[in-house]
Amino acid sequence: MIETIATASLAVNENLNIQKRRIKNGNNKTRLSIVTGTHGDELEGQYLAYMLGKYIDEHIELFDGILDIYPALNPMGIDSITRGIPIFDLDMNRVFPGTKDGTMIEVICSSIIDDLSGSDVCIDIHASNIFLKEIPQIRMSVPTADTLLPYAKMLNVDFVWVHESATVLESTLAHTLNKIGTKTLVVEMGVGMRITKEYCQQLFDGILNLMKSLKMWKGETNSIREPIISIDHEVGFVNSDAAGIFIPFSKFGDIVKKGDHIGDVVDPLTSKIVEKIKAVCDGMIFTLREYPVVYGGSLLARILEPVKGGDTE
Amino acid sequence: MKKKILFSLKSPYREQLDVIGYKFGHGHKSIAIVGALRGNEIQQMYVCSRMIQELKKLESEGKILEECEILVIPCVNYYSMNLGKRFWTMDNTDINRMFPGYNLGETTQRIADGLFTKLQGYEYGIQLASFYQPGNFLPHVKIMDTGFTNAEIMKDFGLQFGIIRKPRPYDTTTLNYNWQIWETKAFSVYANATDNIDKKSADESVNAILRFMNNKGVINIKTSPGYITEIINESETQQIQSEAAGIFISLTEVGKIVERGTLIGKIINPFDGEVISEIRSSVSGIIYFEYHSPLINEKTVCFKIIK
Repeated sequence: MIETIATASLAVNENLNIQKRRIKNGNNKTRLSIVTGTHGDELEGQYLAYMLGKYIDEHIELFDGILDIYPALNPMGIDSITRGIPIFDLDMNRVFPGTKDGTMIEVICSSIIDDLSGSDVCIDIHASNIFLKEIPQIRMSVPTADTLLPYAKMLNVDFVWVHESATVLESTLAHTLNKIGTKTLVVEMGVGMRITKEYCQQLFDGILNLMKSLKMWKGETNSIREPIISIDHEVGFVNSDAAGIFIPFSKFGDIVKKGDHIGDVVDPLTSKIVEKIKAVCDGMIFTLREYPVVYGGSLLARILEPVKGGDTE
Repeated sequence: MKKKILFSLKSPYREQLDVIGYKFGHGHKSIAIVGALRGNEIQQMYVCSRMIQELKKLESEGKILEECEILVIPCVNYYSMNLGKRFWTMDNTDINRMFPGYNLGETTQRIADGLFTKLQGYEYGIQLASFYQPGNFLPHVKIMDTGFTNAEIMKDFGLQFGIIRKPRPYDTTTLNYNWQIWETKAFSVYANATDNIDKKSADESVNAILRFMNNKGVINIKTSPGYITEIINESETQQIQSEAAGIFISLTEVGKIVERGTLIGKIINPFDGEVISEIRSSVSGIIYFEYHSPLINEKTVCFKIIK
């Protein structure tokens, strides 16, 4: 069943509609919500929404519960390859929880929260932006970790990043839902404006595994990987200090040592290397820059340090 | 006057970005004024340029008081201004959502840090601010209610209204908010327009800032008396939203006094011209914000009225 959960009239002969599809079978009332498309330049979740809905349709007899799929919270953003909401230049993930009597976007955000609240688990799927590629990972704030970690471990991601909470992040979808008791996990994977099929497959396997543990799925599941959890690790940030073109030498997922030469920033006009990029710590590269043009400050890589006194897992 | 480069950033393909500050007087860091943090804040840059003209004159006449230093930064993000963009050229991030900044962080965090380092320690901070929606404002001054700044000080600007805003989570990374946390008494002055120049409002904003400086003993001039400022909470202002979408026609203007029920705007069908919504004032008061784009979506704030 396809349902419009929020709508607003646009200026010229068109409505902005936020839609979801509900797949329901059996007697189990457990509800899993898959939500994506908050940032219009993040498309990994589009393919996952497609493949998950298709697979459940084809094996409906093995499904027992309620699966709600919200593929596009920001349809105008996806339509125009815009990260935020195009007309307002606003990041939708800074407007939650919205208000019922607010502006158009605030009202829409409020309706989204109303519709998602009460889900037993919600998975909010993001890709990275167009600049960075991310290993499949789940991010959560320290106060939510006790509740969310058991679910994160089921989702077949490589890495769970538990970070300090920041006031500015209180306006996100996930923070809002977790605050009202709807367990919400934020997935980051891949790169903006592209679909990475193997990552979608990886998370798909994880979602089936989660559904099995929620007794929503009676079919087979593939074995899943144990994620590295950042609580015992430090994350090293590699930022460019120079401006130019970033040429990486290391690959995504490489294990590096502190001081390893992992790339150069070069100047195409003078043909000079303007900065040699070194690893800031030992560990695994789990974020790597995809977009070559850089300014001082551009993030080039993130490195997950090994457990103190141990090896990188 | 001393013109100084406060912060520089190299670009791979353009001339280096130099954030320029104009310093007047010397000694105690009295007032810092910041103009365009965004690429479409033309009016905000213009008001600063006018302030620089005024301060040059006052300095040459010896009317800036001893031991008072004034810093004016007309424009930070002129890279985006030259491209017609509001936010940072490459990644579309907003410098005014990056404070206090981070010198080892991403590009706009570094710009914010480079700027904020130079803005700390001033007793008063004034930011020429803009609103994210297209519209005209009655010039007014606003503070963020952090508990660090006394709202009564807004009266020294002599603008008609001083508005107190309760900060939301996304406000905590703005210049104004962080200035206050770092013990500068910070104010946002709204000079009506954003991406066009409104000379009358610019005049009013320049006069208000000069009046403030005079009242705070930074300069010594004769200023026009200004208004007896009415201090109000933003939550007490009445927002009027569009109940339909289409072509927006305003039937009033900022500064007008309206009665409850007055017809102040209408929305017409963009294809056949039929009036599909009449916008009436739900309260009696003065219009202080008016939406000014020809097209309007449903549930868009088209007027704000101070009761």
